[in-house]
Amino acid sequence: MSPRPGYVLEVDRSTPPVLFWNGEGYLLEKLPPERSRIIYPPDPLHPLEDPIAKIRHALDHPMGDSQPLKTLLRSDMRLTIAFDDVSLPLPAMQAPDARQLVIEQLLELAAEAGVEDVILLAALSLHRRMTEMELRHALGNRVYNAFEPHGLLLQHDAEDPDGLILLGTTDHGEEVEINRRAATSDLLVYVNINLVPMDGGHKSVATGLASYRSVRHHHNAHTMTHSRSFMDMDHSELHSANWRMGRLIRESGVKVFQIETTLNTNAFPSQFSFLQRREWEWTPRDRAGFFASSKALTLMGDRARRALFHSIKAPMQLTSVQAGEVEAVHESTLTHVYRQQLVHVDGQTDILTMGLPYISPYNVNSIMNPILVACLGLGYLFNMYRGKPLVREGGVVIMRHPTPLAFNTAHHPSYIDFFEEVLADTTDPGQISKYEEAYANDPWYIQLYRTGHAYHGVHPFYMWYWCAHALEHLSSVIVIGGDRRAVKRLGFRPASTLDDALEMAEDSVGSQPTITHIRVPPLMMAEVS
Amino acid sequence: MVNNRNQGHASHTPEGDSHRACRNVDSIDPIPRIADALHGKRIFITGATGFLGTALVERILHSVDSCQVVLLIRPSSRTSPERRAEREILKNDCFDELRRELGDRFATEALPRVTVVAGDVTHSNLGLDEHGMEMLAGCDIAIHSAAAVAFDSPIDMAVEINLLGPTRVAQAIRDAAPLRRKLIPGSDPTHLISISTAYVAGTHQGEAAEILATEAMARSASSRTSTTVTTEVDIDAEINTARRLRSDLQTASRHPDQLDRFTRVARKELGSAGPHLLAERVERLREEWVKKSLVDAGKVRSQSMGWPDAYAFTKALGERLLVNDYRDIPISIVRPSIIESALARPTPGWIRGFRMAEPIIISYARGLLKEFPGIPEGIIDVIPVDMVVSAIMAVAARGPQGMPPDSAPDSAPATPPDLQPEPALGGRQTSKGHMPTAKTEGAGIGGWTPAVYHVATGSRNPLRYGELVDLVKEWFSATPLYDADGQPIDVPEWSFPGRGRVQAQLKRSIKFLAGLESLIGSIPVHSRGQELAAQLEDQRTRAERALTYAELYGAYTETDAVFLVDNLLSLYNQMHEDDRREYCFDPAAIRWSEYVREIHLPSIVTHARVRTTPSRPRSIPRSERSMKAILSPERQMAVFDLENTLISANVVDSYLWLAMRRQKGVDRLAVASRLALQIPRLWALDRKDRGDFLRTFYRYYEGARIEALREDAMEFFHSFLMARSYPAGFARVRKHRSLGHRTVLVTGSLDFLVEPLRPLFDEILCARLAVSGGQASGGLETPPPTGEARALLLARYARTHDLELSESVAYADSVSDLSLLDAVGFPVAVNADQRLSALAKKRGWHTETWKPATRSTTQTLAIPPSLGGSQLSGRMLSRVLDMLPGEQLSTRGTSEQGNKVMPPGMSRTASAVVHRSAPPL
Repeated sequence: MSPRPGYVLEVDRSTPPVLFWNGEGYLLEKLPPERSRIIYPPDPLHPLEDPIAKIRHALDHPMGDSQPLKTLLRSDMRLTIAFDDVSLPLPAMQAPDARQLVIEQLLELAAEAGVEDVILLAALSLHRRMTEMELRHALGNRVYNAFEPHGLLLQHDAEDPDGLILLGTTDHGEEVEINRRAATSDLLVYVNINLVPMDGGHKSVATGLASYRSVRHHHNAHTMTHSRSFMDMDHSELHSANWRMGRLIRESGVKVFQIETTLNTNAFPSQFSFLQRREWEWTPRDRAGFFASSKALTLMGDRARRALFHSIKAPMQLTSVQAGEVEAVHESTLTHVYRQQLVHVDGQTDILTMGLPYISPYNVNSIMNPILVACLGLGYLFNMYRGKPLVREGGVVIMRHPTPLAFNTAHHPSYIDFFEEVLADTTDPGQISKYEEAYANDPWYIQLYRTGHAYHGVHPFYMWYWCAHALEHLSSVIVIGGDRRAVKRLGFRPASTLDDALEMAEDSVGSQPTITHIRVPPLMMAEVS
Repeated sequence: MVNNRNQGHASHTPEGDSHRACRNVDSIDPIPRIADALHGKRIFITGATGFLGTALVERILHSVDSCQVVLLIRPSSRTSPERRAEREILKNDCFDELRRELGDRFATEALPRVTVVAGDVTHSNLGLDEHGMEMLAGCDIAIHSAAAVAFDSPIDMAVEINLLGPTRVAQAIRDAAPLRRKLIPGSDPTHLISISTAYVAGTHQGEAAEILATEAMARSASSRTSTTVTTEVDIDAEINTARRLRSDLQTASRHPDQLDRFTRVARKELGSAGPHLLAERVERLREEWVKKSLVDAGKVRSQSMGWPDAYAFTKALGERLLVNDYRDIPISIVRPSIIESALARPTPGWIRGFRMAEPIIISYARGLLKEFPGIPEGIIDVIPVDMVVSAIMAVAARGPQGMPPDSAPDSAPATPPDLQPEPALGGRQTSKGHMPTAKTEGAGIGGWTPAVYHVATGSRNPLRYGELVDLVKEWFSATPLYDADGQPIDVPEWSFPGRGRVQAQLKRSIKFLAGLESLIGSIPVHSRGQELAAQLEDQRTRAERALTYAELYGAYTETDAVFLVDNLLSLYNQMHEDDRREYCFDPAAIRWSEYVREIHLPSIVTHARVRTTPSRPRSIPRSERSMKAILSPERQMAVFDLENTLISANVVDSYLWLAMRRQKGVDRLAVASRLALQIPRLWALDRKDRGDFLRTFYRYYEGARIEALREDAMEFFHSFLMARSYPAGFARVRKHRSLGHRTVLVTGSLDFLVEPLRPLFDEILCARLAVSGGQASGGLETPPPTGEARALLLARYARTHDLELSESVAYADSVSDLSLLDAVGFPVAVNADQRLSALAKKRGWHTETWKPATRSTTQTLAIPPSLGGSQLSGRMLSRVLDMLPGEQLSTRGTSEQGNKVMPPGMSRTASAVVHRSAPPL
C-alpha cells in the first residue's frame, strides 16, 4: 500500500487552526473559512528496504549509455568523487548520510579495482566551505579519517586560479570553467542528493564544480525571470543553460558517472511528529507535544532555540538510487521526486500564505538572515510549482517569519554589506546587478570564501535573483511578525498578525480574496491546473 | 559731586517712562555736549577686548567723529595685538551697525582712528615701549576697563589684574606726564576713569552710596548712613600673601603625598595608557589643584573680609590703593553693577560672551536647574551695557573733579615697590598700608577729588529677583527650548530656598552620584552598564554645574545692598537735553518686562545656540559632521585597534583555542583546571603592565610548531573570531579602503592570528613570535605594540610612508589606546569603556557603538570543536570552564585584557600537534 498522496483541504468553520512555521518556532493560525484552502504534502514514501544492495545494484546496472562502474575503474586511473555540499538535504539527515552510503560503496569498488589516485571533492560551487563536523557527518568518520589527514578530501575552490580549467564556450556564449582536478580525472563520479526538482542532472557538475565566471551566465535576473519555474526543468532557463554546459563538458571529454539519490520527506524525529501530521489527525500526544514545545521555545533565548533546531537530524531515508549517464539518471530521479512531492491543485489563488521554517539551504548551522528569508519564501517555496504559480499574477504572498536583523558574520559577510548597501539603494533584481562585479571580485570576500566558511561575495545577489520571478509576478509581499526595519529594507510590508496581513492584502487583490496555505515543510510541489 | 545728592533723590522713583527720565531739568553746572567735549580727544582704553570695552570703542567711533582711541592689548603667544584687535574687537557684531552705516568709509574713516599698542596691565608701566608711552602721553583720557571678571579667578591673578591694575595704569600716566607736557605744552593731565564694580561696597543690607571707602570709614566714626565694607586691610600683606601663596601651593603640590594622590587619580582615569600620558595627566592635575586652591583661598579670604568673592574684594582694594597713592592724577571711578545685554546700542540685545546671568538662565530654560537660591524680594542689580558706556562717556566729557594739586607731579612718590614685577616683594614706606583715614578725606582740597559713580538700577528702578524669575519663567513657558527629541522643555518652579540648603542638597546628590559612578566603574560592565554610567556622569556634571552657579552667584541673587545713584543722576541732569536722549543712562528708562522679554532673553537664546524649534536643527548634527570629516577623501590613513574594536575576543581566547585544538576530552579538562591556578598571577601582571603580561603570556607558546599554529590559527579565525566580529567595524575598514585611505591594524596579538585579516589592511603592526627550527622559542621577534608604543610605531609608520597623522583616523575602545587616539587628528572611540567614554566626551571625540554580530551558537568560550572520538564535548567543557573563576574576570575595562588565562601547557600541546593519526580505511 503506497502512502497517502498530498491533499487540498477546503477550510470551513469546523477546520482546526493550521500550523504556520515561524522561524525557530511555530504557531497555529485560523484561516478565513469558505475561501481558504490548505495544501498538505503527500506522506513520506516507504524507504528502500536494503539501500546498500540498491546502491550496489545501481552501480552495476547504470542507466543510459553508461558502463557499469566496475568496468570503468582501473588501478592507474585518476578518480574524483564529487558530492553535494551541506545545503542538502534539509534538515541534515540522521547518520548515515546518503552520501556516506554511496561513497563507501564507491570506495570499496575503487579499492577492489586497486585505484590509488582517489580524491573526494565537495561540490561547493560558490557556497561556503564545509566544517570538519559537517564533512564528518556527510561522509562518516571512517571516510573522513582516511582521506582528510592525507589531503585527499578537498573542497571545490571557485576562486583558485590554478584549480580551474576553461573547457569551452557554449553556443550561447556561456563559458564553462570547472574544477581542474574533476575535469582532468579519468572518471568523475558525482554523488547527489536530489531534494527538490531543481537539483541534479547536469546542474550537479556544471554548477557545483564551476567558477563564478561560469555560474554568472545562468545565475542572473534574466535567467530567473525566464524560469517558470526553476523547479520545473522543462520550463527553466536555468536548466537549459546548465544542460548546454553539461553537454559541453561531456563533449570536451570529461567522463561523468552520475549517482542520484532521492529521499522521503520524513523531516522530523518522533518528538516532533506533529509537524508532519495534518492537524485534525493530531493525537493527544501530538497536541501535548505542540503546546509543550511551543511554550518551551518562547522561554528559550534566540541562540539556544537556534542551536536546538539546527541540532535536529531528519530520519529521512533513501527512496531511490540511480546511476549512470547524467540525463537518463536525472529523468528517472525526477519521477521519484515528483512521486514524493507532487500535489495536484485546482486553479490559482489570490493570496498565498506560508510559514517559513528556521532553515534554508544556505543557513545550515547558521542564522537565517533577512535575505535568506526572502529567498526561502519567494525563491524556493513560491517556485515549487509546475504549470502555473499557485498565486495568480498580481496576487499577494504572505509569509510568517521573525526575520531578525541578524547575520552570521562568518558565513554571510557579504550579505551584511548587500543588505546595508545594495538593498538600501534598490530591491529590483534587474538593478542590483550593477553592484555584482564589485562584490564578486572583492579580495576580502574572496579570502573569506577560500580560507574561511563564508559564502562567495556574490552569493546574496543570487539569493535576490532567485526572487526575481516572484517579485515580477506579485503585487505585494507581506511578512508577519518580522523585524520592521529588515522587512521594509527587503521592500516588503510588515504586519503584526495574519488578520492584519489579510486586510492589507485586500488593497491589492480586492475584498474576499481566495487564500491558499502551503503547509511546508515537509516539502511539496504543486501541480497547478 | 556729592553735593548733588538731594537732587538725585528727587528723581529717585522710576516712572518707567524714558521720556520723563530724560526730562529737561535745569542743570546747575551744565556739562558741554559729549561730542564737543570729546572732540579731537585721544582716549587710552584697556580691556577693549572685553564686553564693556568693545561696546565703548564702538560707541566712541560711532558717536564722536574726531575722537581717537588707543587700545592697550596684550599680545598673545601666537597673535599680535593688532591681529587681536582686528579679530576680537573690530570683527565683533558690535560693529555691524557702524560698518553698515559707513560702508566703505569704515575702513577709511573709522579704522584710522584706532591705534593699537602692545602692553599688559600685569606689567609695570603696562609693559609699554617707548612708542607706547608716547601714545599714552598723547591721551587726554584713559579708561581702565581691563579686569579679571570671573568671580572665581585665582586670588593671585585677581590681585595682579584687579588690585594692581588700576595703580599700574595710574603709574604709567604719572610716568608719561612729563612727556605729555613736552609733547602738548599746556595740556590738561590725563584723566583716568577707572571701571570698578558696585559690589566693592559688598552685598550687605542697606544703601550703598557713591563714596570712597575712605569717606565711608570717616562716616562710620559718626552715624553710619550708608553701607560699604570698611574693613581695614593691609593691602601690601594681601598682595604679598597672594603672590607667596602661589609659590607655597606650588611647593605643596609637589609634596610626595600630593603627587601620590594625583597619580592615583590619574591612574584611575587612564589605567594603563602609558607612562607619558600618565605623567602629563598628573602634571595637569597638579596645576589644577594649585589653581583651585588659589580660587578657594581667594574666596575664603574675601568672605572673611566682608566681600562676596575675590572679584569684589580685589576690585575694592584696587580702588583704595588707587585713590590713596595717586592724588596727583585726576581720577574718576565708575562702578557698574552686573552688566548685561544692550538696551539699544549698538543693537538691542547685543552681548558679548556669556557672563553671569546667561548660563544660569539657559540652564534653567533647559530644565537643568531645579532650584536656585535667592531672595524673591531682593534686588537683582543688572544694568544694560550701553547705559554703562553712556555713563563713562559722560564722565569723560564732564572731566575730573577738583583742581590740579599744588605740587608738580614730578615730586610724586616714586613707583611703589609692589608695582614692580612679581619678585620684588619689598615693604612699603607706610607700614600701616592703605587704611583710609579721616586725614585723607580732606585731601581733595588743592588736589583732585576722585569722583565715584554707581551705574546701577537697584535704587532708582529696582528689578526684584522674584519678578525676574517670573518674567523668565513666563517667557520660557511661552517660547520653550526643545530637547534633543524635539520635545518642549518644561521649566521648573523655583521655591527660593536659602543658599545653604540648595548647596547642601546639591553636595549630597553629587556625593551620592559620584559614589554610584565609582561603584559602576569598579565592576565590569557592558554597553548597558556604560550607558547607565554615562547617564550618572551626566547627572553629576549637571549637579556640579548647579552647585558652581549657586556658590558663585548665589551672593548676587541674595544681595540686600541698594546702590544709590545720586552722583550718576546729577551727572545725567547736567547733560544737554539731546545728549540725555542720546546717551541716556538714567536707570528709570528701563522697562524691565520689556527689556527681559523682548531684548535680553531673545538675545541670549540666540547666543546660546539652543534648540528653539521642535524640528531638527538646520545645521547638520555634530556626529554627522564628524562622520563626514572622518570619511572625507582627504583623510590619509585609518588605524584600527583589534580587540573589542573589530573583534570581541582577546589574546587568551586564541591561546585557549589553539592549545586545546588537538587535545581530547580528559586532557582538555586537565588544561582547564591548571588554568585556574594561574589566573591571579597573570591578572596582577596585566594590571601592572600590559606589555609584560603579553610577553609572559606568549612564552606559553614555547615549543609549539609554527606551521601547525598557522594552520590552526586560520581555522580559529574563521570559526571563532569571525563569529565575534563587529560587522560595522569591518564595513568601516572597507569603507576607508574604498575611499583610498591607507588602513593599518595595530594589535598586541600575534602575527599568525591576524594574518587572515591581511586583505583588509595595508599594514599590520603586531607582535611576532621568535621561531627557531620551526618551533616557537618562547621569545618575541617583535614586541607587542601596547600603550604608548602604539603611537610611536604609528608615527614612525606615518613618517616612512609620508602620511600626516593629523589627517588620519584612529579607532579604539579602551583608555589604554589613548596614545593612539591622541596621535591622530580624528580619533574615534568605539564601544568605549567607561574611562575612555568619559575622556572622549570631555574632548569632544566622535564616539560610536558597534553592535557585535549575532552569534549562531551558544558557545561562549574559545573551545575548538571536539575532534572525532572525544568523550567530552566542547559544550560540556564550556560549561565546566564557565564555573571556573577565570570567567568571573571576563569583562574588564580595557581591551584585550586577559580573562581566561591558560597555564603553561603548550609543550604538551605541541606534542599533540605533531601527533596526527589517520586510521586506515
